[in-house]
Amino acid sequence: MTYEDRVLNALGDRTRRTVFARLRGGARSVNELAEGLKVSRPAVSQHLRVLRAARLVTYRSEGTRRLYAVDRRGIETLRDWLDGFWDQTLAAFRDAAEREAAKERKS
Amino acid sequence: MTEQPKAGEYDPNAVRKSMSVKAPIEIAWRVFTEKMGTWWPLAHYKIGKANAVDAVLEPRVGGRWYERGEDGSTCDWGRVRVWEPNSRLVLTWDIDANWQFDPKLNTEIEVRFIADGKDATRVELEHRRLDRYGENRDKMRRVFDTEGDWGKLLEMFAKAAAA
Repeated sequence: MTYEDRVLNALGDRTRRTVFARLRGGARSVNELAEGLKVSRPAVSQHLRVLRAARLVTYRSEGTRRLYAVDRRGIETLRDWLDGFWDQTLAAFRDAAEREAAKERKS
Repeated sequence: MTEQPKAGEYDPNAVRKSMSVKAPIEIAWRVFTEKMGTWWPLAHYKIGKANAVDAVLEPRVGGRWYERGEDGSTCDWGRVRVWEPNSRLVLTWDIDANWQFDPKLNTEIEVRFIADGKDATRVELEHRRLDRYGENRDKMRRVFDTEGDWGKLLEMFAKAAAA
């Protein structure tokens, strides 16, 4: 599967979209993510694996539990893929010009 | 004179973008023209064999626009056609559909800088004469814009969601 296929496949499932949307609020454990959903905790873990394979989600271990979060780097890749040449290039220019302006305001 | 399509209207031969930058017009102009190497996505958008380390715009009409590789080699991208500091810049973009320099390609990029108060600048970019790409026009327009990829994304998404 290509990267695009993985992303689209990952988000093509309603439960996975719900899980992914819940991560917008910050890092969550599997139990927190499974709360109120009609699927089992192992099923949520399986969905998280698919989201991870698409680089939409990442996790870190805290003690004995895993906390899942949106994978910012993966989202950047997704944005690069969506945006055209000029969107990316101009966004980079804007960041540089605004940094320069901020620097000159300070000095 | 041919009628100019309005902003937001689909024009097969041009891509238009605009954005607001929180920087005074002089800084916006300077960063765009003198410091291009600090922001141009050289990792993705360069044509030479060597890793590109700088993008350079010679500050005059007829000036070269090129990338410089880490080995000191340079690869031309285009030429400066109009040079109006703090206001307007027209460049040729002479990189063909195979990402090779072709001095006869001459697609055109116009960048306009419009002050929006003293601390902000509206930057408008038009990449036009994409008809110069001939049969590759639509493909290249999609590269420069996003529309094609959005269309493809939505189509694939609809398929995946329906499965």
